[in-house]
Amino acid sequence: MPSAAHSFTGGFADAPRDAAEAFRSAMTVLARPGEIRTLHGALPPAPLGVAAGALLLTLCDADTSVHLAGACDRPDLRDWIGFHTGAPLVAADQADFAIGAWPDLRAAQGLRIGTAEYPDRSCTLIAELPALDAAGAALTGPGIRDTAHLSLPETAWFQANAARFPLGMDAFFTCGARVAALPRSTTIHNGG
Amino acid sequence: MMRPGGDRVGDDRTEAAVTDPAYNFAYLDEQTKRMIRRAILKGLAVPGYQVPFASREMPMPYGWGTGGVQVTAATLTPDDTLKVIDQGADDTTNAVSIRKFFQKTAGVAVTERTADATVIQTRHRIPEHPLTEDQILVYQVPIPEPLRFLEPRETETRKMHALQDYGLMHVKLYEDIAQNGAIAKSYAYPVKVSGRYVMDPSPIPKFDNPKLDMPAIQLFGAGREQRIYAVPPYTPVVSLDFEDFPFDPSKADHACDLCGADTSYLDEVIVDDAGGRMFVCSDTDFCGERRDAGHRGAMSPPDAAVQA
Amino acid sequence: MYVAVKGGERAIENAHAWLDEERRGDPAFAALSLAQIREQLSLAVDRVMAEGSLYDPDLAALAIKQARGDLIEAIFLIRAYRTTLPRLGTSRPVDTGAMACDRRISATYKDAPGGQVLGPTFDYTHRLLDFKLAAEGTPAPAPAPQATARTAPTPHIAAYLQDEGLMQSEPADDTAPSDITRTPMSYPAGRAVRLQSLARADEGFTLGMAYSTQRGYGYNHAFVGELRIGRVPVEMDVPELGFAVEIGEIELTECETVNQFKGSRTSPPQFTRGYGLVFGKGERKAISMALVDRALRWEELGEDNTGAAAQDEEFVLSHGDNIQATGFLEHIKLPHYVDFQSELELVRKMRRDAGAGNTAEAAE
Repeated sequence: MPSAAHSFTGGFADAPRDAAEAFRSAMTVLARPGEIRTLHGALPPAPLGVAAGALLLTLCDADTSVHLAGACDRPDLRDWIGFHTGAPLVAADQADFAIGAWPDLRAAQGLRIGTAEYPDRSCTLIAELPALDAAGAALTGPGIRDTAHLSLPETAWFQANAARFPLGMDAFFTCGARVAALPRSTTIHNGG
Repeated sequence: MMRPGGDRVGDDRTEAAVTDPAYNFAYLDEQTKRMIRRAILKGLAVPGYQVPFASREMPMPYGWGTGGVQVTAATLTPDDTLKVIDQGADDTTNAVSIRKFFQKTAGVAVTERTADATVIQTRHRIPEHPLTEDQILVYQVPIPEPLRFLEPRETETRKMHALQDYGLMHVKLYEDIAQNGAIAKSYAYPVKVSGRYVMDPSPIPKFDNPKLDMPAIQLFGAGREQRIYAVPPYTPVVSLDFEDFPFDPSKADHACDLCGADTSYLDEVIVDDAGGRMFVCSDTDFCGERRDAGHRGAMSPPDAAVQA
Repeated sequence: MYVAVKGGERAIENAHAWLDEERRGDPAFAALSLAQIREQLSLAVDRVMAEGSLYDPDLAALAIKQARGDLIEAIFLIRAYRTTLPRLGTSRPVDTGAMACDRRISATYKDAPGGQVLGPTFDYTHRLLDFKLAAEGTPAPAPAPQATARTAPTPHIAAYLQDEGLMQSEPADDTAPSDITRTPMSYPAGRAVRLQSLARADEGFTLGMAYSTQRGYGYNHAFVGELRIGRVPVEMDVPELGFAVEIGEIELTECETVNQFKGSRTSPPQFTRGYGLVFGKGERKAISMALVDRALRWEELGEDNTGAAAQDEEFVLSHGDNIQATGFLEHIKLPHYVDFQSELELVRKMRRDAGAGNTAEAAE
């Protein structure tokens, strides 16, 4: 996978247009859990792909705190995020966005799930996965006409997350340039 | 300090769109759009919950659609086709004004045809033409809090939502029935979204409530009150009612006098000094398409095409 | 025959053209220059800067000209412009103790270091129309006598009470305050947010709220401990230089009220204060702000909430912004015929049902 040569490159070439298009895709996949779209325009350092980079550029700035989980917490990625977004990097329990491979995110301690009065004060996960397909766990809930399927990295964690609704976290799954999402409102069925 | 993709208005304008060079694409600076976009995502993830957002002063007054305009600005891409309606009509002055604003600042294509639009900003109506998965409906919302007229304090209503304590609302609706024999709420009729949050669907007539469960994404923006909320596609939206007094999405018991439609929401128009009335579709695009297709109502003018 | 109303776009364009014509007035008279507005309607300019939250007298003058003298409309123009400006940095807090005062009065002491300086006040003018001003080409007034400028800083009156332990001291707090233009309001808001909100609240609203406290709704007698108007330097830290540089001067009006306080279980009896600070010369607003600030501090000072409007943080902060208020108020001019139609149908239906019920009862 090609990666940013250094922290000053790999950003959006045309920020208003690129961000608008990336947001529409991000919004669509979050509104339609299970749907997969392709993002473009960002080239972050490995191990992140185009889609994760585009989400960061579209959603993060000096007003949002970002946690780099596990193996993602590396100098080139810190520099890239710092230069392109200005987002402060923080511990897991203060993060508005947490990004990393799924096992690292899962191990992060104290990610915020919002409060009863402000369920929006929760952390959004961006998980870079080795594979992403519209297959696997069966999903129902808001945004899904009948049943959708998505290759979640696991089911138990997300079932527990959904059980706390309206608290909980929303997750974007990225794989290279592809992105899907799972909001906290989705019910995940066993043996999908 | 400025960053690439930074925030100075005018620095980030797209070259593709033919926009007024003094403005960033869709007017708002990128940082503001990011803030609104984050709120939209939270709204979609927690359907019906009102997400606080740092609404900006817009170049139109609060109460005139600034919430809808900010949501639309954060949602538009240069390739969108925008439709703006007020009272169901494309040619009402505020709809014209908002459509012009986006033509000027975003350079997007505009349309009056519901089917051709990818983003529709609306005040007080849901179009008659069923919306599709490829469309987004943005509502302008004056007072987003459905409990506000029962309890004016934000600190209290926030607790009620947190505890899912909607007893006050049910009591109010039942008192209406006890006093008047009917729920005295004909627009902005409260709904429960996905079995959790009671939501104000904005001041649409209750006739439109059954359409709230639809394939399109619905976004609600309240600028002055600094709230954004959302209903994802295919989300159950139930109008509050009682077993013995079921919800009744009634409308005027007439057909459109211009196109003959008997399923559309109608405006009543006083047509002469003697108080004569006629009823016409509030959705001007719907009515026009039907007339183009040859449908006629009781008061249609003599038609050259039909006569010929 | 009914024809659907069309031509909204042309109607708007024509309305704008007519508005332009009205704004200009009779072209037989010279157009106002921004300098004339800035120099001769300076208190209007100051109010627009204060409630518009933007310190720029020339832009405020332009807004007043464009708004035909409607100050709320001018404030709106400034706010809408302001929100598009990039944030390049944050200044250091200004030091009003270092103010070069044009006016400085205290109602609590006959005299104090720095003196009572009346400055250019309306206070002791007799409000008689001065018909000399009506004449065109009135010569400029003779220069007012000049006092020797005070070189030492003018100390705050409250500091003397504080030194004696009689004035509640305000705890120093260096945490960055929430920015009301960047963070949605949530309650309880806290004093920093309240003060920001009051500083740009509508003058009339703030005055009415303050007046209500004087008349007993959340009563707490206020002395004007000090009112000062003058210019202060604005400094910004420049990281590259490692020190702060002065980037300009602004004119401010500051008011500190001295209020009684009985004391509580934890604090001995002492005076407390309300605080007001606005851009430009705006003493009515600054005093009003100080009274409302003080009334809103009831909880922090362990006082009773008497249910007065001025003690109600959510009430005051949600209704003091004239741009929000005027927008929502005026939006009821927009078409609402769809909702009205649904009300019509409902009322007709309920009357039919009631009529049917009466008939049924009569038959029984």
